[in-house]
Amino acid sequence: MLADLVFWGLSVVAVVSGASVFRVDSMARATYALAVSFVAVGAALLLMRLDYLGLITVLMMVMEMAVMAVYMVMFMGMNPALMPMSMVHGKRAAVAAAVTVFVVLSGGALLVDWPARRGAPAPDTVAALGEALMGSKMLVMMAISPVMIATMVAGIAVAAPRGRYDRFGDDLRSPAADPQRGGVGR
Amino acid sequence: MTLDAVLVVAAALFAVGVYGALSQQVVVMVMMGLELMNNGVLLAAAAMWWFLAPDPTGQVLLLVVLAAMTVEMAMGFAVATLFHRERGSDMTDMAEDLAG
Repeated sequence: MLADLVFWGLSVVAVVSGASVFRVDSMARATYALAVSFVAVGAALLLMRLDYLGLITVLMMVMEMAVMAVYMVMFMGMNPALMPMSMVHGKRAAVAAAVTVFVVLSGGALLVDWPARRGAPAPDTVAALGEALMGSKMLVMMAISPVMIATMVAGIAVAAPRGRYDRFGDDLRSPAADPQRGGVGR
Repeated sequence: MTLDAVLVVAAALFAVGVYGALSQQVVVMVMMGLELMNNGVLLAAAAMWWFLAPDPTGQVLLLVVLAAMTVEMAMGFAVATLFHRERGSDMTDMAEDLAG
């Protein structure tokens, strides 16, 4: 009973704060609203005894939203807490698509005859996850790891203002064309 | 707390994310919509795990969803940075030529 109440409370917080991301008047508040939505979902995961994943969700998303707030300030070029904004296009089509998606997904959730629960959760779900990752499911981590590394390299390659091909041209042994002399390897 | 209830909440989160991803003009706000969609997927997958088959395999799948979220954000921020540098804008309407 208590778990039900907590779940519905968290659900309302998650959905309302998620919706307010696109309704509030400032980007900073939108970022905070999204962080609140993620924290509520992370807490809901804790209710389902996903201790590690719930905690990771909360920690990761709070940090991510902090980074996002910095990006807002960088790109918007204004005080993100004070500037009212409404920058949307195709609002009607977007609302129609969102309502359709909700009706289809929730209709499926309610109409499908879900099977009974198979098995029981491990007494310590965190230890079970750790043992799975270090044992039978290690291939998953081995696949995720290079993807993460590739993301870091690709992210820097895309975002860096002047890479080595900008400095040296196609022939990486030629003298660097830098706006200022000096520096490493010049 | 039942599977149906959690999935309906997850559907609501996903639908709000769809609205944001389709309607917003600012690139970072579009990314917020995508994040909300991921949020709904995360909740739905967690509910499937808890109510249908609570073995470690489902937890590993959730970890993959979380990893996908981080990759999406990292590359999204990188592209937004490049876009802002090249065109001095953060609006999707200024990048219509990227539609293909």
